[in-house]
Amino acid sequence: MTLPLLLQQLANALALGSLYALIAIGYTMVYGILRLINFAHGDVFMLGAYVAFYCVALFLLPWWASFVIAIVVTALLGVLLERVAYRPLRDSPRISVMISAIGASFLIENVAVVLFGGRPKGVAVPDILNVKLAFGSVSIMSVSLVIPIFTFVILAVLLWVVGRTRTGMAMRAVSTDLDAARLQAIDVNRIISFTFGSGSLLAAFGGILWSYKYPQLNPLMGVMPGLKCFIAAVIGGIGNIQGAVLGGFLLGGIELLTIAFLPTLTGYRDAFAFVLLIVVLLVKPSGLLGSRQVEKV
Amino acid sequence: MQRSKLFLPVLALFAFGACKPAKPTTVKLGVFEPMTGANAAGGAMEVEGIKLANQLYPSVKVGDKEYKIELVVSDNKSDKVEAANAAQRLVDQDKVNVVLGSWGSSLSMAAGPIVKDKKVPAIALSATNPLVTKGNDYYFRVCFIDPFQGTVMANYAFKDLHAKKAVIIREVSNDYSVGLAKFFVDSFKKLTGDESAILGELNYNTNDQDFTAQLTTLKSMKPDVIFAPGNYTESALIIKQASELGITAPFLGGDTWETPEFIDVGKKATEGAVFSTFFATEVPITDTSKVFLDAYRKQYNKEPAAVTALGFDGYLVARAAIEKAGSLDGAKIRDALASIQAFPGAAGLITFDQNRDATKSAVIKTVKGGKFTYLTTVQP
Amino acid sequence: MRLQRTHLYSLAAAAAFVVLLVAGDLFFDSFTLRVAHLCAIYVVLALSLNLVNGFTGLFSLGHAGFMAVGAYTCALLTMTPEQKEMNFFLAPIVPWLAQVHLPFVPALLIAGLVAALAGFVIGAPALRLKDDYLAIATLGFAEIIRVVLTNMQSITNGALGLKGLPMYSTTWVVWPCAALSVAFMVLLARSSYGRALKAVRDDEIAAGAMGIDVFRVKVVSFATSSFMAGVGGALLGHLLTTIDPKMFTFMLTFNILLVVVLGGIGSITGSVIAAFGVTILMEVLRFLDGPMNFGFFETEGRPGLRMVVFSLVLMGVVLFRQRGLMGNREFSWSMFSRAGLLPRPVEGKDSRA
Repeated sequence: MTLPLLLQQLANALALGSLYALIAIGYTMVYGILRLINFAHGDVFMLGAYVAFYCVALFLLPWWASFVIAIVVTALLGVLLERVAYRPLRDSPRISVMISAIGASFLIENVAVVLFGGRPKGVAVPDILNVKLAFGSVSIMSVSLVIPIFTFVILAVLLWVVGRTRTGMAMRAVSTDLDAARLQAIDVNRIISFTFGSGSLLAAFGGILWSYKYPQLNPLMGVMPGLKCFIAAVIGGIGNIQGAVLGGFLLGGIELLTIAFLPTLTGYRDAFAFVLLIVVLLVKPSGLLGSRQVEKV
Repeated sequence: MQRSKLFLPVLALFAFGACKPAKPTTVKLGVFEPMTGANAAGGAMEVEGIKLANQLYPSVKVGDKEYKIELVVSDNKSDKVEAANAAQRLVDQDKVNVVLGSWGSSLSMAAGPIVKDKKVPAIALSATNPLVTKGNDYYFRVCFIDPFQGTVMANYAFKDLHAKKAVIIREVSNDYSVGLAKFFVDSFKKLTGDESAILGELNYNTNDQDFTAQLTTLKSMKPDVIFAPGNYTESALIIKQASELGITAPFLGGDTWETPEFIDVGKKATEGAVFSTFFATEVPITDTSKVFLDAYRKQYNKEPAAVTALGFDGYLVARAAIEKAGSLDGAKIRDALASIQAFPGAAGLITFDQNRDATKSAVIKTVKGGKFTYLTTVQP
Repeated sequence: MRLQRTHLYSLAAAAAFVVLLVAGDLFFDSFTLRVAHLCAIYVVLALSLNLVNGFTGLFSLGHAGFMAVGAYTCALLTMTPEQKEMNFFLAPIVPWLAQVHLPFVPALLIAGLVAALAGFVIGAPALRLKDDYLAIATLGFAEIIRVVLTNMQSITNGALGLKGLPMYSTTWVVWPCAALSVAFMVLLARSSYGRALKAVRDDEIAAGAMGIDVFRVKVVSFATSSFMAGVGGALLGHLLTTIDPKMFTFMLTFNILLVVVLGGIGSITGSVIAAFGVTILMEVLRFLDGPMNFGFFETEGRPGLRMVVFSLVLMGVVLFRQRGLMGNREFSWSMFSRAGLLPRPVEGKDSRA
């Protein structure tokens, strides 16, 4: 493999990995608080992309306005989802919560099929994000440069919120021990809603950027990215925000570079992520940056 | 535990057992198509054609009695288990005389043993997998099959584009794509007389969205032409990402690309993509083509898709066979179908070969100015 | 044991069941029979998922994978060499499989065993994980199995799928399989092994302290469940007579999970009833999707509405009636006597089915 080729592949991996990272952050935040795989995260991601699409297509709003409206609307939907599907089960066995999450995921997908139709829709990418840039022999779209920047800005903002603000402190408290947090007069429900809201906001953010990079929408578009980003979050150490970003980049890199070096394995691509997940779970179940959890008896 | 099972079959009996006796003055055509699920779009296009044919030719003469043709639509939900149920329901409960469909070869294959068992002839409209009709005397099809289409595109690449080296990108989880790719490879190697004419075969999976890794590898192979048969959704993204990576070699594909979404998603990048299909509105092949086009444009005020013409043809062939058989007996209709020669359909003359596949010409189209444009016709 | 009145009921019911099968086989039309067979296959599948999810408390989402293994194994063993040659027209089948041709029953058993082996190989590492990690790992394994099946062109025929499997899933195959599964589960639930499973489910640490080899119990339960899933998958393949990798997606696991949750996690009776209910409802609710034709006017149907209803039902059950239809209770004749439908048993003891 020649150097320009390798650089191009690395650029591809960076663009994909930063999208994975962005979505994985949302997963990790929700998991950190509730110890729950939010199976519907990928579907919230899909909703964000659709809302933005319809804002442009139906209400003829400029893309940046649609962007803002879509992430706000989707964040509210995320809060609603937690209210309806997860809160009533807070004291139930984990299996029940997980089934509820799977049910919610299927519900959102099927409602989306009914509302939006099963046929894919083409997205109008804003011109500014659709510029082809060339650095030597490496060509990259402007959107693929913007995404990593966003990812790191969001990472910085989140680290500040979680580490430096009162809400962040409350989040950490709830994550460590929900009941003890309640005893400290922390409004647990409010914190959980806030976390869900910001997680969904990030999902919508990722979904819209995703639809600018891969300009096509369909009701099941969130399933595979959802699963892969969950895997990214687990690899990095679930509950850990830096870990999610690291996991996202790692997953994107491994996926693309394996294909790049071993083109005969391209058909197995979807299996890579799962193989990686299983290996990580078996070798270091708490993930690369996660702290070890001791089961309480 | 046994007991709880007891009463449920009885329930099942009540739920499904009530079957209406078929009215003797109607002929029933079962429309076996996906109306929901992943293949819904294709199913809807075919049903459009069938319904249009039904409006134009609502009856059939059997012997010397005029029968009304009734369409019974059954949704196979793009799912194999459901498809088998739907087909069984059509032949058993609705007692249809002929089955039309389905979009999606694997769905048609689920219906295969059922129609064979009940001796109800079935006509696939756009299912191109050779396995659909193979070894099943009761399954016919009014389109050509994957081997032909793959060969047509290899010929086009070699003769019209003067390509010497090609790369394949195939959707490995899609039977259609894998089949087309294989036959393209075989005939391209034969045409060029060069065993290494195929520089590489890259794979992807249904629902993949990022193809940059495969395309970067592809770019370094410097092919003259790229053959990328597959779903229009993934294909449009592939072509878009290829143009972003600066790949200029032309993309060739199959009939699945002919949907508005292909251009809608791929936008400018799809300009110049070439694919084979069944039918072009620019060059009506038979008198029936004109009838079909006029009726369709009048009713829908747009241009029909190729598979809509095939739906139209499937209906007409079924009707012709019933008339020829002079009977509603499944075996007789089957024999009449098998003996049909050069039937003038909207999408070309239909003659069934010994595998019950139509031998007919293919049409090559390209994307030009954001529209599908006719290039040439290829005879079998 | 003295012959109790309830035993008479049971015998009578079993006899009636057999009579009904004979009658059904003779008089039902093929469509009704097909749906009935599907019910029976769903009973096998639901029980197999219930064994891990309900009885052992392991949340596994990998069932579609084991079904695929079973279905492919059985199909490749029972198809005639001519059928194989016809199917593998793109790339020839590997020589060692080309000539294999077994009768159905041994093939079905081998299919189950291969699936069980897959279950063991996957379970041995994955069962060290818990709860949601286990769920996602099994889901991942199922996905890997599907990807591998898609890519092994010369063994599985890849995306083209296999067609022309012999139609072996008749009344006298699927119903005995369903009955055997039920009998097996009932016996298991009453055995000491069954109690060990439940102990592991309810409190792993306490179970370990009681001297139960927790890991072993989990692996055996997982492999047994895979065996049943493999058999169920094979039956499904032979009912449809054609299979391809796309059949075995997460959607299929979801359908079975739906059955188990509706019936009540941990209840055999519930799984059986829900298997019937869901399979029949899937057909009955067809009208929800289609353009509805009321004779004089036609609505433009809402494709997909049926699945919305099913997702809502699932969530409704989880949110408002977590125990499902039966909770973890089982059928017994005393239910009827308590309801006044049958005379009370002579003794106060329950005679469980």
